[in-house]
Amino acid sequence: MDAIKVTSDSKPRLVLTGITKRYPSVVANDDISLSVKPGEIHAVLGENGAGKSTLMKIIYGITKPDAGTILWNGQYETITTPSQARRLGIGMVFQHFSLFETLTVWENIALALDERTSSAKLAAQITEVSERYGLPIDPYRLVHSMSVGERQRVEIVRCLLQEPKLLIMDEPTSVLTPQAVLVLFETLRRLASEGCSILYISHKLDEIRALCDSATVLRGGRVSGTAIPKNETNESLARLMIGGELAVCTLTPRQPEEVRLELDHLSLLTSDPFGTTLKEISLTVRSGEIVGIAGVSGNGQKELMAALSGERLSSGSMIKLLGHPVGNLNPAKRRERGLTFVPEERLGRGAVPPMSLAYNALLTGSRKGMVQNGMIYPTVMRSFAKNVIERFKVKCGDEQSAASSLSGGNLQKYIVGRETMLGPKMMIVGQPTWGVDVGAAQLIRQALIDLRDQGVALLVISEELDELFIISDRIAVIAEGRLSPSVRPAETSIGQIGTWMSGKFDAPAGHATGADPLMEVA
Amino acid sequence: MFVLERRASPSFKMAIASPVLAAIGMMVTGFFLFTALGKDPIEVFYLFFVKPLSSTYDIGELLLKTTPLLLCGLGLAMGFRANIWNIGAEGQLTMGAIAGGGVALWFGDSPSIAAMPLMLLAGMIGGMVWAAIPAFLRTRFNTNEILVTLMLVYIAQLVLSWLVHGPWRDPDGQNYPQSRGFGDAETMSVLIDGTRVTWGIVYALGLALIFWVVSQKTIAGFRMQVAGMAPAAAAYAGFSEKRNIWIALLVCGAVSGLAGICEVAGPIGRLQQQISPGYGFAAIIVAWIGRLHPIGVIFGSLLMALLYLGGESAQMGMSLPSAITGLFQGLLLFYLLAADLFITFKLKWVRPVERVEPKLAVRLESAA
Amino acid sequence: MTPIVPMFASTVVAATPLIYAALGETIVEKAGVLNLGIEGMMLIGAVAGFAATLATGSDTVGFLAAAGAGVALSLAFGFLSLNLQTNQVATGLALTLFGLGLSAFVGHNLAGTPLPPLPSITIPVLTGIPVIGDLFFHYDIMVYLSLVLFAGVQWFVTRSHAGLTLRAIGESPTVAHAIGKPVLTTRYLAVMFGGACAGIAGAYLSLVQTPMWVEGMSAGKGWIALALVVFGTWKPTRVVLGAYLFGGVTQFQLFAQGFGLPIPTEFLSMLPYAATIIVLVIICRDPKTILLNQPASLGISFHAAA
Repeated sequence: MDAIKVTSDSKPRLVLTGITKRYPSVVANDDISLSVKPGEIHAVLGENGAGKSTLMKIIYGITKPDAGTILWNGQYETITTPSQARRLGIGMVFQHFSLFETLTVWENIALALDERTSSAKLAAQITEVSERYGLPIDPYRLVHSMSVGERQRVEIVRCLLQEPKLLIMDEPTSVLTPQAVLVLFETLRRLASEGCSILYISHKLDEIRALCDSATVLRGGRVSGTAIPKNETNESLARLMIGGELAVCTLTPRQPEEVRLELDHLSLLTSDPFGTTLKEISLTVRSGEIVGIAGVSGNGQKELMAALSGERLSSGSMIKLLGHPVGNLNPAKRRERGLTFVPEERLGRGAVPPMSLAYNALLTGSRKGMVQNGMIYPTVMRSFAKNVIERFKVKCGDEQSAASSLSGGNLQKYIVGRETMLGPKMMIVGQPTWGVDVGAAQLIRQALIDLRDQGVALLVISEELDELFIISDRIAVIAEGRLSPSVRPAETSIGQIGTWMSGKFDAPAGHATGADPLMEVA
Repeated sequence: MFVLERRASPSFKMAIASPVLAAIGMMVTGFFLFTALGKDPIEVFYLFFVKPLSSTYDIGELLLKTTPLLLCGLGLAMGFRANIWNIGAEGQLTMGAIAGGGVALWFGDSPSIAAMPLMLLAGMIGGMVWAAIPAFLRTRFNTNEILVTLMLVYIAQLVLSWLVHGPWRDPDGQNYPQSRGFGDAETMSVLIDGTRVTWGIVYALGLALIFWVVSQKTIAGFRMQVAGMAPAAAAYAGFSEKRNIWIALLVCGAVSGLAGICEVAGPIGRLQQQISPGYGFAAIIVAWIGRLHPIGVIFGSLLMALLYLGGESAQMGMSLPSAITGLFQGLLLFYLLAADLFITFKLKWVRPVERVEPKLAVRLESAA
Repeated sequence: MTPIVPMFASTVVAATPLIYAALGETIVEKAGVLNLGIEGMMLIGAVAGFAATLATGSDTVGFLAAAGAGVALSLAFGFLSLNLQTNQVATGLALTLFGLGLSAFVGHNLAGTPLPPLPSITIPVLTGIPVIGDLFFHYDIMVYLSLVLFAGVQWFVTRSHAGLTLRAIGESPTVAHAIGKPVLTTRYLAVMFGGACAGIAGAYLSLVQTPMWVEGMSAGKGWIALALVVFGTWKPTRVVLGAYLFGGVTQFQLFAQGFGLPIPTEFLSMLPYAATIIVLVIICRDPKTILLNQPASLGISFHAAA
């Protein structure tokens, strides 16, 4: 132990050595080593499926590693539960929040704290800490009434109340507007200056270069390299992350043709007490173009998808497909008229998990000769599925494999492929590359662009702004159930989109220079 | 230590093996139970499983009991597959018996050949009407069908009780709560000489075949299956949830009602207070043993019928209480649910976490 | 004198087992577990309590035995649905069928033996008050204990930290697990509590209401208790009020006879079941009621991630 004692300001706070975690089908972490100093903002960079989440779960005590050691402030620790991690001084802000919607802010925080305090005292503490770090919240509000950004603040304040020495942030910016991202970075920098170490998990290269002091890059469960982000470019980091060059999608300019989809003042009251009501959404999508709808999660995307697919019915004329009112038709009937959709949820909605890929083709493909006179023709069904698997390079056993046995990226490829091969006139896609590895994401984006080039009209609803900027002919923003006007990506900027995301659609066009607020601060 | 690990995909072999394991578990428990009660377990085993199969008449009794279990089981299996929890098959059976029995009483002793078909039809309609109530309440008012179907069982039994104590009581029956006996044309004829087996078993097996084709080979069956496995996917595909609910409940009502009329027009021959020793509830277990598959339900209903007969013969042969059947039925379902675990999970032996040697770790650090 | 007092009194007595069973199930469901086996546990409690009292002559022993029997049976349910993650609906049904069979089997020789009922208590001064005394202060001890239970459950759910944990687990066990709450242990305790309450409810039937054991004597009260939890939107106060309402409905038969109404007894007996259906329809009509009040994870098995 004496051999590693060095001067106190460079003694590492956390050292992981040889961390390995195996699951039945994959080695999530393979001999990972990592070191974080006090006050350091350390990025853990990697694409989806690289093993970042698993590693964080190990540090936070949710999962136990199969091999390897954790050195915390010079002591060996076996972290077996989250409360033990918290006692050591490790806090974690999850990507998918661990909040109870029907409870208030202070009740949520009380549950996570290990000591009991009176509600009044706790409320006062919450107010004080949240304001000190620039993330004010009201302790008595019910969580379900809060926006996603506000909920993240609750998560962060919950961690801060325990005075953490290490804060793990798991993909924190996917739910924030660009402006809110800046606020978050301020908070993190402040924390770091007070000596708190930060582990920042992300795959967003711009952010990492703007915020982080150092980075460990994971690829396929192993450490593929370390870097000082400020000295790197997006390309060099990407090379470490995916082992090759980021392939580029290009949109060849094209004149869109006839209107395929028309939304005319679409309004829909939400049936979910925690949902968003759609208000007067108007939009047209033409053949041969991709329209992207950006927005922070929780602003009506789910409701819009449901209204478009037909899972929720609206008034007939509010939605017109190729000129025909379809608002009051169910999904099957809309498919008959040439509409297909790729839903946000893959397992459980886009595909039935225990069923084979062949039977999953039957889910939406029944018109393709698989069903005649009410009887199923399994051979037609299987050959359709085999076709999809081949064309879209879906990695699976064969068409009899259960949908649940595929990785996220491969299942998404299958679903996109299935909907593509239905020969649609209009396709709606929700979160096309969420949770999908870079290779599959590439293929899916290209598939969408190919469809566009063939004259299909596409509407893509996504929370990944960068992606929309790459593949869209036009972009609009959904905020609080309303839709902004649409613009070409070249005529707008991340900043303007960010402003629209807060609902201010009439903001002056002063950001037409295309400047990126993130890079301005850096 | 042992941990449960999720399989990559559900194990088909275990799906077939688990009912067998459950039956074995039940028998082993029974062995211990009887030994504790001071009864000879071998003799009980004989009475339960061998004696009921020992003569043609006995096999006939087996088929006779299989009929209502199979009919109800088929309907329930279809419903459970679609996540529709109809637990009121017993009530639908009762209503079918009442409706069909009412037609029989109306025909009286008439030798008309229209009597039997009309009775069977009335039985099915009676069951369907009773099942339409929860279907309507669920599709229109979002009411959960578990409690509604169950309440309707109690109500149906009270209706039957009222009828056989009151308006339909046999005036020549010495005040006994039962109806007049059905006439010859109004009673189902015996199919196999030397037994009491009626056409009911033929209807049941025929329906099993139809159910099998429909559930496996038609798009209607597919829709119901998806609705049960992934309701969001069914909505995404545009499969109407309401239609599935109506189909599942009406079909179950129809076959349960058919079971009811086959009972009262068959072995019982009249309407009386007790027309079913809980067939509608036992059919729930039958459906589960049968893995919610029509062919499996055939085997499940045979097993359950054997349990009923075994219980009766043990009761007579060793003066064990009649409740022994219910006890074993419950046990069987418990074991089945437990054994089903291994369809989705497997048992794995895992060694505790290894730690890298501290000395080695130090060397790695100072190199970093 | 009008039969108001006996009608009121019999309503209270009829409501008491419902209160025990429904309060128990409220806690179970608030933890996110759906236990449809109440009917089975009530019957086991009834026969166990009866047998114990018959053997020892003490009602206290009877009620304790009943609670113990309910807990034992609920552990079987707990093991299957919590550890082995079996389908909760099917497991609850299995519990009911098993309880029906086991209780009939065990109680086979006890049927028809009468027992002296639990005496009603007398409170000094209060019981002596004309009319009011008979209306409120002349019941057996279990009636008053049921109200104590209600107070305890209400406090637990609304004011205690453990109650908060329970509610959180019922809403989202995965999140609760992620923040380190003992999901399985809490659910087990809740299930056992529900088992004890159901057992006591059953013993109330065989030791107080009809002091006798009859096969299947709960006649669906366990199912009505389930409906009461929904009717009360998982809030103890409403559940108890619903229990008194239903107690009244089950006693309507006597009221009708008291008022000389010429309705056949079978139809009067149908009333509680029909009322249950109507009440369920009313509550479930507005999907928002369920969404806002029903514990979000109710009935869904919790798989702790490896």
